[in-house]
Amino acid sequence: MNATQPQASLTILIAEDSAADRLLLSSILRRAGHVVLTAANGVEAVAAFRQQQPHLVLMDAMMPVMDGFEAARQIKALAGETLVPIIFLTSLSESEALARCLEAGGDDFLAKPYNQIILAAKIKAMERLRRLQATVLQQRDQIARHHDYLLNEQRVAKAVFDKVAHSGCLNAAPNIRYLQSPYALFNGDLLLAAFTPSGDMHVLLGDFTGHGLPAAVGAMPLAEVFYGMTAKGYGLAETLREMNAKLKRILPVDMFCCAAVLCVSFHRRCVEVWNGGMPDGYLHRVASGERTQLVSRHLPLGVLSPEVFDDCTDVWPMALGDRVFLLSDGVIDTADAQDQLFGAQRLQQVFASNRQPDVLFAEIEQALRDFGGQARDDVSMVEISLLQSGLIHPASLVYSDSGQSCPLDWSVSFEFRAATLRRFNPLPYLLQLLQEVHGLRAQSGPLYSVLTELYANALEHGVLGLDSSLKRDASGFVRYYQQRKARLDTLDEGFIRVHLQVTPTDGGGRLVIRIEDSGEGFDVARVMRRPMDDIRLSGRGVSLIRQLGQNARWSDDGRSACVEFFWEEMA
Amino acid sequence: MADTHLDRDVLNALQEVMEGEYPTLLDTFLADSEQRLRQLRRAADAQQLIEAAHSFKGSCGNMGALRLAHLCGRLEYTAKDSSLADIEQLLIEIDSEFAIIRPLYEAERQRPLAQS
Repeated sequence: MNATQPQASLTILIAEDSAADRLLLSSILRRAGHVVLTAANGVEAVAAFRQQQPHLVLMDAMMPVMDGFEAARQIKALAGETLVPIIFLTSLSESEALARCLEAGGDDFLAKPYNQIILAAKIKAMERLRRLQATVLQQRDQIARHHDYLLNEQRVAKAVFDKVAHSGCLNAAPNIRYLQSPYALFNGDLLLAAFTPSGDMHVLLGDFTGHGLPAAVGAMPLAEVFYGMTAKGYGLAETLREMNAKLKRILPVDMFCCAAVLCVSFHRRCVEVWNGGMPDGYLHRVASGERTQLVSRHLPLGVLSPEVFDDCTDVWPMALGDRVFLLSDGVIDTADAQDQLFGAQRLQQVFASNRQPDVLFAEIEQALRDFGGQARDDVSMVEISLLQSGLIHPASLVYSDSGQSCPLDWSVSFEFRAATLRRFNPLPYLLQLLQEVHGLRAQSGPLYSVLTELYANALEHGVLGLDSSLKRDASGFVRYYQQRKARLDTLDEGFIRVHLQVTPTDGGGRLVIRIEDSGEGFDVARVMRRPMDDIRLSGRGVSLIRQLGQNARWSDDGRSACVEFFWEEMA
Repeated sequence: MADTHLDRDVLNALQEVMEGEYPTLLDTFLADSEQRLRQLRRAADAQQLIEAAHSFKGSCGNMGALRLAHLCGRLEYTAKDSSLADIEQLLIEIDSEFAIIRPLYEAERQRPLAQS
């Protein structure tokens, strides 16, 4: 007659004032294999619960001293998060009374006279619920622990990354304004800025695929390449090639980094741009109010193998006060409560309605806020302005060697011929070489600027035969750089010779730089007659060379340029 | 059903569950019932009467004393609206019903376990 199914043994508390009923229930439960506790009223029931922590409670509704409802409330309070099922024992039949049982915290009720089978079934069902609750709590705690662990990992990763990233000039340079969430890194957003030795500025705004640590981890090797090469004087193209190759090598196949990379030159008043996969950047010209869109024309970094990677950049002239804006797609994708996107059009409107260029950045920020969108971690924005070159002070490089042995009497000559000139930029190597001379280190900036200028002249005006007067207006500017690329790609004859001579002097030393090219030369006398402080887009940067170096002179009809640097021995 | 003094099926089931403890259960019930009858008599107001009747009804139901349970139920539901005379009448009926089933339970005590 009995259908007792095998079940784990539970500790069950019976709270019932009728002695006979108590005895009956105890027997039924013991027979089913459970451990039984008894109480004759509510007070005893609560006490027994406190001491013994039963798994389940069978509670008579009507009891003297403290009734079942109050006892149930107290027991539920004591149990807290843990589920202790309470089954009310009742001969109450009115729905109101039964509802009372459930309101008081009862999970079920059992009618008198007691039916063994139903009782066993209810106990089983309650036990399932109890186990379910216990599992939920356990998993919740586990999730909370893992969550804390992940947050900690991110904190550590961020601390490491900040050490790598701080070598840049993002916060130090007066011409950069930026907006970025402190946790942007974990959305893959990366913002880097650094000075080159000649005082130009390289800026990178990147967006790695993915979220969390996988997105952030690619940022570190990329930053190392960016900062390392920029500091050594490598140009944008070489730095891009190296960054692409590195990411291609180390990232998994489906990961890459969209990037917009710039080189802003305060001396040459221009900006060089490479955009691979980022939203359009904007070059905002203050005088005309014109905006040039810097469109993505390349694949992101880390996709193409080095042989097919395109490092071709666009060059645009910039006047004093002009600015470049770069933004990540978090700006355009900011959505409001109705899931409408901020969009490129709204951004254009902000540009169009701006009257004071200085507040344009703030106006964009305000427009985003007003849009009422959800603040996102991946809204990154940067504004780079072209300021007077005198206002920009790159921090001097720190060297790690002891300075004991230093070459003081040597000379070296290089000849770079057509095939080399097409693909190779010798300037970083030449600068590295010269930095072995400790006395020259303090003049790294001017030294690099002069070398760059001499080499650029020799290559562009000498070997390639480009007409510098083309650069006098914006459209000419674009044509100039197009011609430069075309002629360089097809160059098959010509050379540039570089001679460096270092000799000691009384109390210091002297460096003589001589550069010769195979070009047509120019009218030296005419160029020399121009006033010294005339900085123009065209011209051969002759002014710069004469200002930064000593004894600058041209010979062989302008095909050979010579300039000197002096230094004094430090005490 | 209301006329059944003692439900045989219930008693059989009780015996099967209680096994050796069956007599103890019967004794406990009888002692309990005496107490409850006293409680009924001593009830000071309608509410106490109702609660006492309700409790006793439950016990009787469990033990198979169906007629007694039924009487207690009537008392429980009508106590509020009945006159003192009617309540007194019900109490007398309850007393006499108990007097009838008491010897029946005592006979049950003697029943050997083998019988089902």
